[in-house]
Amino acid sequence: MSQVNRIAGSSKRINRNRTLTFSFNGKEYKGFEGDTVASALLANGVDVVGRSFKYSRPRGIITSDSQEPNAIFQIGSSQATTIPNPRATQTDLYQGLTASSTNGWPNVNFDLMATVGKLGGSMMPPGFYYKTFMFPQSLWMSYEHLIRKGAGLGASPQQSDPDSYDKMHHHCDVMIVGGGPAGLAAALSAAQTGARVIISDEQNEFGGSLLCSTQQIDGQLPSQWVEKTVAQLSDMDNVMLLPRSTVFGYYDHNLVGINERRTDHLGEHQLQSTRQRVHKVRAKQVILATGAHERPLVYGNNDVPGCMLANAVSTYINRYDVVPGNKLVLMTTNDNAYKTAIDWHQAGRQVVTIVDTRKASSGELVNKAKQLGINVIFGHAVIEVKGGKRVKGVDIAPINPENHSVTGAAKHFSCDTVASSGGWSPVIHLSSHTGSRPVWKDEIAGFVPGDTVQQQHSCGGLEGVYALSKVISDGFTTGAVAAQAAGKGEGRYTGQLPKTTDPQEDVSMALFHIPHVKKTSRAPKQFVDYQNDVTAAGIELANREGFESIEHVKRYTALGFGTDQGKLGNINGMAITAKSLGKTIPETGTTIFRPMYTPTTFGALAGADVKHLFDPARFSAMHKWHLDNGAEFEDVGQWKRPWYFPQPGETMQQSLERECLATRNSVGILDASTLGKIDIQGKDAREFLNRVYTNPWSKLGVGKCRYGVMCKEDGMVFDDGVTVCLEENRFIMTTTTGGAAGVLQWLELWHQTEWPELEVYFSTVTDHWSTMTISGPNSRKVLEKICDIDVSNDSFKYMDWRAATVAGVKARIFRISFTGELSFEINVQANFGMHTWKAVMAAGEEFNITPYGTETMHILRAEKGFIIVGQDTDGSVTPQDLDMDWVVGKKKEFSFIGKRSWTRFDNKRDDRKQMVGLKPKDPKFVLPEGAQIVFEKNQSIPMTMVGHVTSSYYSACMGYSFALAVVKGGISRKGESVFLPLSDGTTVEAEICSPVFYDPKGDRQNV
Amino acid sequence: MSNSIQVESPLHHAQLDQLIGQSNSGGIILHEAALLGHLNLRGNSQDAEFLAGVKEALGVALPITPCSSAKSTLAQIMWLAPDEWLIVVASGSEYDVEQKLRSYLKGHFAVSDISGAQTILELSGSNVIELMKKSTGYDLHLDSFPVGKVVGTTFAKTGAHILRVSEDKFQLVVRRSFSDYVWLWIQQGSQEYGLTIV
Amino acid sequence: MLLIHCPYCEEMREEEEFSPAGQAHIERPLNPEEISDEQWAHYLFFRKNPRGLHHEMWLHAAGCRKYFNVTRNTVTYEIMETYKMGQEPNVTASKEGQS
Repeated sequence: MSQVNRIAGSSKRINRNRTLTFSFNGKEYKGFEGDTVASALLANGVDVVGRSFKYSRPRGIITSDSQEPNAIFQIGSSQATTIPNPRATQTDLYQGLTASSTNGWPNVNFDLMATVGKLGGSMMPPGFYYKTFMFPQSLWMSYEHLIRKGAGLGASPQQSDPDSYDKMHHHCDVMIVGGGPAGLAAALSAAQTGARVIISDEQNEFGGSLLCSTQQIDGQLPSQWVEKTVAQLSDMDNVMLLPRSTVFGYYDHNLVGINERRTDHLGEHQLQSTRQRVHKVRAKQVILATGAHERPLVYGNNDVPGCMLANAVSTYINRYDVVPGNKLVLMTTNDNAYKTAIDWHQAGRQVVTIVDTRKASSGELVNKAKQLGINVIFGHAVIEVKGGKRVKGVDIAPINPENHSVTGAAKHFSCDTVASSGGWSPVIHLSSHTGSRPVWKDEIAGFVPGDTVQQQHSCGGLEGVYALSKVISDGFTTGAVAAQAAGKGEGRYTGQLPKTTDPQEDVSMALFHIPHVKKTSRAPKQFVDYQNDVTAAGIELANREGFESIEHVKRYTALGFGTDQGKLGNINGMAITAKSLGKTIPETGTTIFRPMYTPTTFGALAGADVKHLFDPARFSAMHKWHLDNGAEFEDVGQWKRPWYFPQPGETMQQSLERECLATRNSVGILDASTLGKIDIQGKDAREFLNRVYTNPWSKLGVGKCRYGVMCKEDGMVFDDGVTVCLEENRFIMTTTTGGAAGVLQWLELWHQTEWPELEVYFSTVTDHWSTMTISGPNSRKVLEKICDIDVSNDSFKYMDWRAATVAGVKARIFRISFTGELSFEINVQANFGMHTWKAVMAAGEEFNITPYGTETMHILRAEKGFIIVGQDTDGSVTPQDLDMDWVVGKKKEFSFIGKRSWTRFDNKRDDRKQMVGLKPKDPKFVLPEGAQIVFEKNQSIPMTMVGHVTSSYYSACMGYSFALAVVKGGISRKGESVFLPLSDGTTVEAEICSPVFYDPKGDRQNV
Repeated sequence: MSNSIQVESPLHHAQLDQLIGQSNSGGIILHEAALLGHLNLRGNSQDAEFLAGVKEALGVALPITPCSSAKSTLAQIMWLAPDEWLIVVASGSEYDVEQKLRSYLKGHFAVSDISGAQTILELSGSNVIELMKKSTGYDLHLDSFPVGKVVGTTFAKTGAHILRVSEDKFQLVVRRSFSDYVWLWIQQGSQEYGLTIV
Repeated sequence: MLLIHCPYCEEMREEEEFSPAGQAHIERPLNPEEISDEQWAHYLFFRKNPRGLHHEMWLHAAGCRKYFNVTRNTVTYEIMETYKMGQEPNVTASKEGQS
């Protein structure tokens, strides 16, 4: 198909030397570089681009910008590159672009749903969702199925995104949002003070409204002023220009989120470059120069393809050399839109008539149109459009806007395009993001930004200033004022202002909803929000049903719920609500706009933080050895810890049994480097330990280790570990792996906020040490071979620590045990970790030293009844619940953290969940962790649950399965049976027992 | 310690030494200042005796202005907090410097050897500012981040202390366990500029 | 995302560097054993949730590791002041009411 609507024209915004081929709904078309998908489709005379959500009506392109509700496409040629729901009006054309309608099933031109009687529409009155939800849910399920299939809301890509994305942080004095006349002027004036300036614009080039304007500046085309200004800005080191960059959010304390589309216009998947980049700009001052959006009028069948916004029509003509039709009817409430008829006429096509809703106007543009011989009808409106897949004609009738009535007979005009303008709405979205309430301004019949706590300025169209000369001077002034507020310049722009002459305009009429001869409820559909098929009648119905708050109307009708977030329809919807409730628009108020301004891809939001960079992975110094030796890894916080070390052909269970037996019978080795380690120094270190641990520390001698439990102030266990007395006033505290950062913060919190008088310092040394635990009856023999001190039981007792040299490296050895076996924890400076580990492995070879991971560690410690905080406890467990009263100091002077809470009523109950052991009746059956426990097997559902399994394993050493659990009053129920109803419907029985299964006297660790 | 002892910096596994000279056109230049001595010093900066002791031990006054640094022939000192400093000394001298500090200091203070806990990555090159902008939210403009300043801040999804060595050179102090993540991050962020290891 | 002045680093930093640490100026009772369960529960669990000015603690987690106080408006998210641990706020709800 040829570009039937492309006229000769002289626009420099498109490059006629570069023809681009693209496909839409399977058909090939041609456009030019510089086109958007929308301008190219209009050039090719494509009328229907989608089907409406609810009524399945054919829809065409209405706008030329972010307001577009209909031309919402699926773009991309593969399941990896496809993007749901970009607006064709904002998608730059590239060679080979593949697009299809997201709405329309089975296809846009023959829509089954429309044919079978507007299936969705009649079934979906306003409030459909709410009403449906009130009725049986099963009904919703069947509706939902139909809606999803019929409406088609865009499809997610099925393959992973091949593109890369990233983020950048910036700081500046003045951030300018919008690169139209106001924004460019503001940027220039702010930059000339030396301020650091960033200016962004969502379009592919700067200029905003000037790109499609014909109003001369300094006697030249407006685009020439844009070019000159952009060149000036580009030459300045203190200015950063961001075209193709949409400010999607304006956040607290002047943080601006921008998505820069770097390669989208070049084609799919560009290698070696970042497709989109999110810029996070922290600005001292923000200037919003977002301009205004034209507002359509609401009239009968205003959704028939060919009904467009007046300014969009002008944009297609002036910017893209595309006239989207042959015979135009323009309906307007203002002088400004007369430009569209003049542009159309000058493009050589027929203007059937201008319909002006006002009684009269003698503005310059009106006179010019008349001079060109264009017919103008005052006091009338287009009350109804005729046509299906394209406008065929309109009915024009005299109206009385005061009482919303048609006052005379309608007259039919044939045409193929209806352009309408109800005036302009400032683009207040960003100013609303930080919670500022917009304020209605009668003079411009629109909302402008209200009071804000941000360091924010606004200028130009956003303030309802529309005359170009005023927009530009407003920009220059605002730029200087903002720069001064950021500490730069004098607050005045002293340079020459560009000269431009604004046409004299008569007053506009505030009109939103065009009356029809029939009542609104009976009139042809008058669409307010095209994306959700919200009509004037629907809003009035909502009002009649009692929804008066605009927020309720929005949710009841779905007004503003689409991807355009109400850009096109919200003000009209509010005006209709106000009219129907007999209120003013300010009384009705506005809904609040929130980020994103336009939809932003997940890729951009994720940035480079994907795959291996999604979450930092932390490694110990011996990680490479673990990898080389086939370890499977487990995530513990951000750490990658060896989980188990399977040998070729082994199952996980076989590995675990081998590792457990080797440790209990000979010697095993564990990389324990991830445990948190805090160096505590100062004369009050002991006192501090007394206050944060439940057990006493006053008498722990130099050279000794002690296990300690920490509680939160509510008395619940929060961390545990061994603390070592290095010197009289110096300790090393070990914490759980996951608790390391939290414990350090906890200590600092108490020190900094409650007890600053205590002389003590805490420094993390977690990463400084590599820690390897050798455990098992042969561990001493291994250590002896590579260590320079006497490690016999007489001189190096259980719970002692010694400084030594291990494999030639300075080490601290702690004789502590988490397995119940004779164990030594060797700590060396981490740069020597790998060396020492290898030396220990070599020394242990003759004893078949066996590396084990976290899973074997868990089994071995559970056999001993040692808890793991966070697995066996969950923040609701006291030391008493754990039957660990032995770890609670009885004679400590200071009321240490947690103590007072244990005497609270609830914590004294004897039916609290308490830690016990469980022995399944079937010794081979491993209870699922998390399984619920009941006392009575034969209860009706819901059963009374009295506890749950916290840890559960099969013990190769003992030859049976076992578990740790919390059970109500469990400590006094040892020997009793409990039952575990499992998710597969079976119930198993287990016996409550002591949680210490293995070596209950603790002889093995003391040898 | 004998010569047969293998010492491995946190980025040992990345085998950066083998990447040296592989590319020299990169907009980003990375060097691991590996295996230096790192000491964490705590003390009261209002305590004149403490300040005097440190000065005597290290040959330079402790930087007590927030986010400042100081340098002597013996050590480079970075301010971390009002009562906390990082002292970086030559490889292997950390034990002696620690003992020296302990002998000169009286009263309430703390010194911890953390030489195994972290490494220093030096980033420079013509695109280093861009890479840093991708990595940290701190304002890198010379007005806010002059040469010699050190800031504790976020670096990608971890933290770092960043010292500006010159207009286009930064030292990153990163924790050992996060160093692989930082290395991966730098590779990713440098892709469009090219990365040279020195 | 807030921009927060750390009173110890003496400059503005991004919110990412900080962790919130709850309501400020809660003092631990000096005599926990002597007060009633109810009084203890108040100390443990009861927190203000004002609409407007609020004094809260933040931790400069990625920076100097110091806790400090922030006076923040919970409606507008404006930060009126930050001040060191042990200091009193200059801006309070009652003071603001008077002005």
